[in-house]
Amino acid sequence: MSDPAIVYELQNVSKIFRNEGRDFTALRDVSFSIREGEVFGIIGMSGAGKSTLVRTLNRLTEVTSGEVRYFGRNLAELSARELRKVRRSIAMIFQGFNLLQQRTVIKNVEQPLRIAGVPRRERKEIARKMLTVVGLSDKEKEYPARLSGGQRQRVAIARALAANPKVLLCDEATSALDPKITGEILELLAKINREQKLTIVIITHEMSVVERICDRVAIIDDGNLAEVGEVTEVFRAPKSRAAKKLVFPSNPYDPSDKDSRLIRIAFDGLSAKEPFIADLVATTGRKVNILSANTKSVGGVGYGQMVLELPKDEDDREVVISYFKSKGLSISEVDEA
Amino acid sequence: MSDYIVEAIKNGVWETLKMTAYASLYAYIIGLPLGAILYATDRGRLLANRPINLLIGVIVDLMRSLPFLILLVLLIPFTRWVTGSSIGTTAAIVPLTVGAIPIVARMAEASLCEVQPGIIEAATSMGASPLHIILHFILPEAAPSLLQGAAINVATVLGYSAMAGVIGGGGLGAIALQYGYYRYQKDVLWTTVILLVVMVMAIQQTGGLLAKLRRKS
Ligand SMILES: Nc1ncnc2c1ncn2[C@@H]1O[C@H](COP(=O)(O)OP(=O)(O)OP(=O)(O)O)[C@@H](O)[C@H]1O
Ligand SMILES: [Mg+2]
Repeated sequence: MSDPAIVYELQNVSKIFRNEGRDFTALRDVSFSIREGEVFGIIGMSGAGKSTLVRTLNRLTEVTSGEVRYFGRNLAELSARELRKVRRSIAMIFQGFNLLQQRTVIKNVEQPLRIAGVPRRERKEIARKMLTVVGLSDKEKEYPARLSGGQRQRVAIARALAANPKVLLCDEATSALDPKITGEILELLAKINREQKLTIVIITHEMSVVERICDRVAIIDDGNLAEVGEVTEVFRAPKSRAAKKLVFPSNPYDPSDKDSRLIRIAFDGLSAKEPFIADLVATTGRKVNILSANTKSVGGVGYGQMVLELPKDEDDREVVISYFKSKGLSISEVDEA
Repeated sequence: MSDYIVEAIKNGVWETLKMTAYASLYAYIIGLPLGAILYATDRGRLLANRPINLLIGVIVDLMRSLPFLILLVLLIPFTRWVTGSSIGTTAAIVPLTVGAIPIVARMAEASLCEVQPGIIEAATSMGASPLHIILHFILPEAAPSLLQGAAINVATVLGYSAMAGVIGGGGLGAIALQYGYYRYQKDVLWTTVILLVVMVMAIQQTGGLLAKLRRKS
């Protein structure tokens, strides 16, 4: 099978906001690409430039320099008419939902179809189908003001997907929702991604969202692209400072001895199934002190990281480390922050 | 009050309603698009265009700053040209319309400005054209506020229509002037005043109610 097509290709994208003579660089030389059919996460601290970045993907924000290529076409070079056409294939979900308050749920979902010139009857039919997909078929006559946050988000998703887009951009699609609803919404997005081969770009400041559904992730730090790669890769061995900060949010380990050696074990899916700490004790007779464990279950398999304090004795340490290595775990030193 | 005065008042009510209805209708047909243009061509909006915005803005504000009575007189030749006469109910509709247009335009503009920028952004991201955005996103969202404004505008037109009576415009205003002022029939004067007040209040209440029913958020 050939490699999936490239949907987006960003080359040295920079964005400078000019306000009253004061310049603010929101994005600096950002380059990466997004592949067809993947769920791509963009994560970073508040104010890092995530929203600015995602808005360059449908030219709601014009880049100051660099290029955003969408299926090979430089968005900046499109005429107003061409841009409108391209935008119809790029749906966007906003943090604030941005639903029409004075229109019923179904009319909201019909909007992109109306723009695409779909006749009324067909429009209604498709909108109904979309509402069924998001589980809101009983609310079609309701007004957004009378829905809960999660339901509004579902309407926004139904609306975004109604005109059969190629790409779905989500700016903090779940940050206004509670964890349970967040889970449901992410589940829904993942399902749509699988079933329709839809490319999804998700902006978030929550690592848990990335872990849950993203294939690859870009980490934005103060306008710079700090790191980009497979989620599992970034989780196992974050390279940049920003990535480490996100993956290991705090470092409040409290070893029993100031000089003791700490290691971090990162594991994904497979190894998490095994009770390797218990095995370690059983097979080697050595003990370790668990200082921190942060594991998550993704679709039934766990992954995450654990910080261990190694035994004081040099030989014992070697035994423990080689045991973990033999188990295929990836180990790194914890550098004291 | 004698029968013929009662008859005259009835007729006056009818004429007043007719003038108000037509003038309001025409004022909206012209004023609403003007308001939309003022809104859309403003800085940072969909079709930002400084020259057009400035031009229409200046014309509208000039028209609005003229006292209605003066407009009434100034427009006599134009009214005659349009309706073939400068007196009577039909003739009064012309200055009423012209006087109401700038008010309608500015009120509509204010209503449209209330629409959340996020709605426009969403529409833009869907690939909608500016005209589509105005017609199918901004106007429906602004509808309750537009209705609220319409109640005020129609009531204002009704008030102006009484003034049109001064230059032979017919309606309750003319009756109040003729019987109440020149012939000093206080009962007729008060009757017309009360009728005008009741009509203004009815318009205001109906408009407010419609706006409330329409508002879903
Ligand atoms: N129109 C603008 N003019 C000037 N500065 C802006 C503008 N829009 C955004 N910025 C600045 O750019 C930076 C990045 O903003 P952006 O909204 O992209 O952040 P973000 O990563 O999405 O943050 P959050 O997680 O809080 O949404 C911020 O410092 C912000 O103040
Ligand atoms: Mg943001």
